[in-house]
Amino acid sequence: MNMKRRLFLKGTLASTTIALAAGAGLITPQQLLAAWPESAFGAKSVDDAYSAIGGGARTPSDAVMIKAPQIAENGAVVPITVSSTLKGVTRIAILVEKNATPLVALYQLPTGTHPYVSTRIKMGKTSNVIAMIEAEGALYTAEKEVKVTIGGCGG
Amino acid sequence: MAGSIKIRAKIESDGACEVKALIKHTMETGMRKDKDGEKIPAKFIQEILCKHGDKVVLETNWGGAVSKNPYISFRFDGASKGDKIELSWTDNTGESDAAEAIIK
Amino acid sequence: MSLSRRQFIQLISLAGAAGMLPATASAASRRQGEDLYQTPGFGNVSLLHITDTHAQLNPIYFREPSVNLGLGRAKGKAPHLVGEALLHHFGIAAGTPEAHAFTYLGFSEAAQQYGKVGGFAHLATLVKQIRAERGEGNSLLLDGGDTWQGSGTALWTRGKDMVGACNLLGVDVMTGHWEFTYRDSEVLQNINDFNGDFVANNVSLTEDALFDYRFSDFAGYDEDSGHAFKPYTMREVNGVRVAVIGQAFPYTPIANPSRFIPDWTFGIRPEEMQERVDQIREKENPAVVVVISHNGMDVDLKLAEVVSGIDVIFGGHTHDGVPAPIAVSNRGGKTLVTNAGSNGKYLGVMDLDVRGGKVQDFRYRLLPIFSNLLKADAEMQRYIDEVRRPYLGQLNEKLALAEDLLYRRGNFNGTFDQIICDAQRVVGDAEIALSPGFRWGTTVLPGQAITMENLLDQTATTYPETYVREMSGADIKRILEDVLDNLFNPDPFFQQGGDMVRVGGLDYVCEPGATIGSRVSDLTLDSGKKLEATKKYKVAGWATVGSQAPGAPIWEVVAEYLRQQKVAKIEKMNLPKLKGVAGNPGIAA
Repeated sequence: MNMKRRLFLKGTLASTTIALAAGAGLITPQQLLAAWPESAFGAKSVDDAYSAIGGGARTPSDAVMIKAPQIAENGAVVPITVSSTLKGVTRIAILVEKNATPLVALYQLPTGTHPYVSTRIKMGKTSNVIAMIEAEGALYTAEKEVKVTIGGCGG
Repeated sequence: MAGSIKIRAKIESDGACEVKALIKHTMETGMRKDKDGEKIPAKFIQEILCKHGDKVVLETNWGGAVSKNPYISFRFDGASKGDKIELSWTDNTGESDAAEAIIK
Repeated sequence: MSLSRRQFIQLISLAGAAGMLPATASAASRRQGEDLYQTPGFGNVSLLHITDTHAQLNPIYFREPSVNLGLGRAKGKAPHLVGEALLHHFGIAAGTPEAHAFTYLGFSEAAQQYGKVGGFAHLATLVKQIRAERGEGNSLLLDGGDTWQGSGTALWTRGKDMVGACNLLGVDVMTGHWEFTYRDSEVLQNINDFNGDFVANNVSLTEDALFDYRFSDFAGYDEDSGHAFKPYTMREVNGVRVAVIGQAFPYTPIANPSRFIPDWTFGIRPEEMQERVDQIREKENPAVVVVISHNGMDVDLKLAEVVSGIDVIFGGHTHDGVPAPIAVSNRGGKTLVTNAGSNGKYLGVMDLDVRGGKVQDFRYRLLPIFSNLLKADAEMQRYIDEVRRPYLGQLNEKLALAEDLLYRRGNFNGTFDQIICDAQRVVGDAEIALSPGFRWGTTVLPGQAITMENLLDQTATTYPETYVREMSGADIKRILEDVLDNLFNPDPFFQQGGDMVRVGGLDYVCEPGATIGSRVSDLTLDSGKKLEATKKYKVAGWATVGSQAPGAPIWEVVAEYLRQQKVAKIEKMNLPKLKGVAGNPGIAA
């Protein structure tokens, strides 16, 4: 993360002040958010997203676990938990293969933080959800299909 | 956006601290159109930072495909009951918020 | 004319003599000439099971399906057997009362002969008899859910008529599905009023609700685990510790409106089931671990493969009247899977021989409740009469005469569904009608009056509102494809357990074994014109899950149509032309 920005934020400017400053053209959001990997989040395919976050050879692994519903109760709110039994995990990425821009979230895990993150994501249609984990410099992946349906007619 | 964050942090039976946070935020992708066919401008959280005292325990980048009113949960070692935890977010328009909680 | 009890028993004896050879150990417990309801004692723990009674307090007719297709691994196996294939598989002789109970064969005539089935007063008599025979404290009565919904009175009393009936019946443990279609506060009130335990291992709070739960004082809620209801209960039966885990319908917020229960989230959650079984085996010292499940039978069969340590899964949801359990092998041994039909038609009786801290052997019977053979229990009948009295005027209204046998159950349009679709098209002046593929809904015999009660048996939901709106041909195809995938996805964990959405005014070719997007072709309107993807059509429908539809409740629409018709005739059944199912024993030849 951009240290300058963190210091800047630490200067306890209230959020509204930052927004005002940005609005007045004093600073731009891009300046503030230099650390956000725009090329990765803007990538239109899983492979492009991988290369943008510094991809390399990836190994599918049972040690990467994805907890997700078989069928989403609501495609706009799909709970996903990624965890791993691997040691030395430094990064976790969550991607949705068939979303227009597949990369959803990227987590940096300092030492002492467990390889376990849980969040809720949007899915436009049935797709594989992919978890990629970086552990001791190597990349591991797992995927799980989540179905998005129109519902009704049960029972 | 003050007051947008709810945090719960608790020491689990294995000694790790589990943090759960819920953030009130629209998470607009910038791809949706309103009922008049106008594009709704992008507004989504791009960064989350969580600190235990001075130590960063999680840094996160999000795209617009994280759900509205996002939820995040993670676990870390080295915390004790009564410690302070701080979580902050910043969105693509530069808006941000921060909140603190005491670990239970 | 229906038979007297004596004639009935004589018939059963004849059926035995005619070579009704039991194919399984469970069926073998019934010997020639015995009273249908003489169930010889076996073992030391008896678990009685009802499921999917759908609030049918009084005896009814219910025709089993003539189409219940199984594909892939499920092809040709129970529960995907109908008619003669089912009789042959389970060793039941044709022309017997049991053949009538378990199949659609010669339904109208056989129904006249054997009379109605089910009814809580008749069920109560049998439950009391068996529990008395087994001895005080030696049995449990389990209810798989879909008990508090399905009738006009259940809807009008918001499930309370059934809570009272279940308390009188002595249900010990239950789980749910349609129970969750009332408002969350009503669901919790009903559970509080229920004397037994309501269990669900697979229902938890949404992340949002965890931060600020409106019902945090509800007794079954566990803040630490996030479970909205008690996941399981331990019961002592004849000195044996029995664990009963609940598995509510995993897709409730998808198949039914989530807006009534916004704080709860469901799912099959096989990993959590394994963790629960392991935890119970380790900490609770049980001799028997069973699950009451509302997964549906195909899902249960897969769950029994991937989870070990369960002795029996007592299943429901798919309304399969399966005469004998299916033993499924898994890494821990074997798990028995049952399914006990619907509409109060059956009582499952599982007698277990439990010794040395585990199940050694079992006997199972799925007993049809013939109301002419079982005297009504006086106390239950009084209760039923009392609770129904304020509504009799509405329920007894005769809307029209049924020209044909009217039923719903089956993978595609039943005759009653066709009436509902026809009514929607006529009243809404629509080209096409859609109606949900619910598996509940009782049967009306030809020549009988269709009463408002019969109509409510098909339609009594908390989201009955109708709509008439424009949809493109592509939208319509997408709906059909989506629902077909819920029914025929090769992976049972993706099956939601309902039947195909019913259509009116539209025929199509359907290949169940194809994949989503390519099962439906050749969509043709009743006019003979082909459905065009980009053209808009006026479509009438009801039971919208996402948001409340604007129109009158469906029963008002259908009642209006029937009153005008006077005699309910079906001009044309909109049944799809099926491809690739020739020789499948899940469809009548």
